[in-house]
Amino acid sequence: MASSLKDATAIAGIGQTSFAKQLPESEKALACRAIVAALDDAGIAASEVDGFASYTMEETDEVEVAKAIGAGDVTFFSKVGYGGGGSCATLAHLAAAIATGQASVGVAWRSRKRGSGPRPWRNTTAQLPTPAQWTRPFGLLRPADEIAMLTRRYMHEYGATRDHLFNVALACRNRANQNPAAMMYERPLTRDMYMTSRWISEPLCLFDNCLETDGALACVLVSAERARDCRHRPVYVHSVAQGLPAQHHGMVNYWNDDPLSGPAWTAARQLWKQADFGPQDVDVAQIYDAFTPLIPLSLEGYGFCGRGEGGAFTEGGALETGGRLPLNTAGGGLSEAYVHGFNLITEGVRQLRGTSTAQVPGASTCLVTAGEGVPTSAVLLRT
Amino acid sequence: MADAKTDPLLTPVVDDDGTPFWEYAAQGELRIQACGNEACAELRWPPRPCCPHCQSFATEWRRMTGKARIWSYVVPHPPLLPAYAALAPYNAVLVELTDAPRIRLAGNVVTEAGEPPDSVPPDRLRIGARVQVAFAERDGFAIPQWVLERS
Repeated sequence: MASSLKDATAIAGIGQTSFAKQLPESEKALACRAIVAALDDAGIAASEVDGFASYTMEETDEVEVAKAIGAGDVTFFSKVGYGGGGSCATLAHLAAAIATGQASVGVAWRSRKRGSGPRPWRNTTAQLPTPAQWTRPFGLLRPADEIAMLTRRYMHEYGATRDHLFNVALACRNRANQNPAAMMYERPLTRDMYMTSRWISEPLCLFDNCLETDGALACVLVSAERARDCRHRPVYVHSVAQGLPAQHHGMVNYWNDDPLSGPAWTAARQLWKQADFGPQDVDVAQIYDAFTPLIPLSLEGYGFCGRGEGGAFTEGGALETGGRLPLNTAGGGLSEAYVHGFNLITEGVRQLRGTSTAQVPGASTCLVTAGEGVPTSAVLLRT
Repeated sequence: MADAKTDPLLTPVVDDDGTPFWEYAAQGELRIQACGNEACAELRWPPRPCCPHCQSFATEWRRMTGKARIWSYVVPHPPLLPAYAALAPYNAVLVELTDAPRIRLAGNVVTEAGEPPDSVPPDRLRIGARVQVAFAERDGFAIPQWVLERS
């Protein structure tokens, strides 16, 4: 049995549906389509699937998926909480299960009709007690309001500007403009559009917020040995980590000593400790972008720059193709699709296969991260 | 259709740990949970069953002066729940207590107790501005609000 997860497993297949504001099929049907596509991509029969991992917010249970696609006896299944913070953790759980012999073919997925379905914050009856009691009566209703609070403080402390946030939005949009599958394909963004757009929660404007998307994605994880016999070049799970910092407070992190150093810092310490390379060796990054300010905060947390330097890091085209750290090369949650970050994982796989629509030449290492500000997770992929 | 009349401003969804805060608030007192172990006595927020510093389950609620400074603030715009959309743009702030700077409370800055969250123009708000707590009645709850100190 493996004593480390390092390169013990690999992503052998990826699959997805189309992305749109409204798709006609149910979340369950979309989930099955993405999973069947991922299995076909890997060249593995559905009957061989014996492990599942998804998000606690996923509405389609593994029972429904397993019986629909025709999985065999399933011996490992797991769900991870905290919304988009769980994306990479689904891989962590499957990798641990496969490396320790609890399963052999794992499927991770996310299906969501966030484009045509309800906005979760409109539900005033099902709320976590902590934010419901201490924030919502005061009109901090939406994730955008909660992150905007941290953003204004971040700008105040470190001199980050709206131009820095625009750099993030622009890099994602430029990559989406190259990706026919992206919701924002052929829809360029200009600085003038950004600066004159409507506010959502000051200091965040429309273009600081992710898309609302219907769609589903999946990937298939197997042992490194098995992956070498599959259809595509294996993309190894080199290091993977979850992060829940001391004194963190769930979905709204206002109450620890330092709210601007979030769960990314915790996940990063574990991630790099287990890795053979460091931030300077990352060829391309897929960083969770429900909101533009999560990028500078995550750049700091994962060690690409120092504390307070995340805004300045975005200058000079650093996040664009050919820059210091090409970012969200399919368009990310801001401009490809917002499916709780799962599209960041599949784009990381495409980059290391060499099949991205915004390919970084020779990319051999990729960081993928999950939601920052909430209990999070991250994975380092390598060829 | 839900509107601002049938769908009013939200009241707190109180849990066991938070109940004393709202009971003291109803008496006009701002109290924060603290460790009841005298050798520790650390404040903690939000409230929880035991002390993260010494693991004591002894608890007290310590009276605060109600003085605070704005740590950050936002100005939400629609789409929002109907009662909040009717007020937008309004302010929502996070203040840190002068007595205990790492204890932060969310709230609204208002002109005086009982006034709505849009009563102070956002351009009058600054990070670091001094505020004082005031309580306003909302559907049986005493809701903490924050009034700018005259400078």
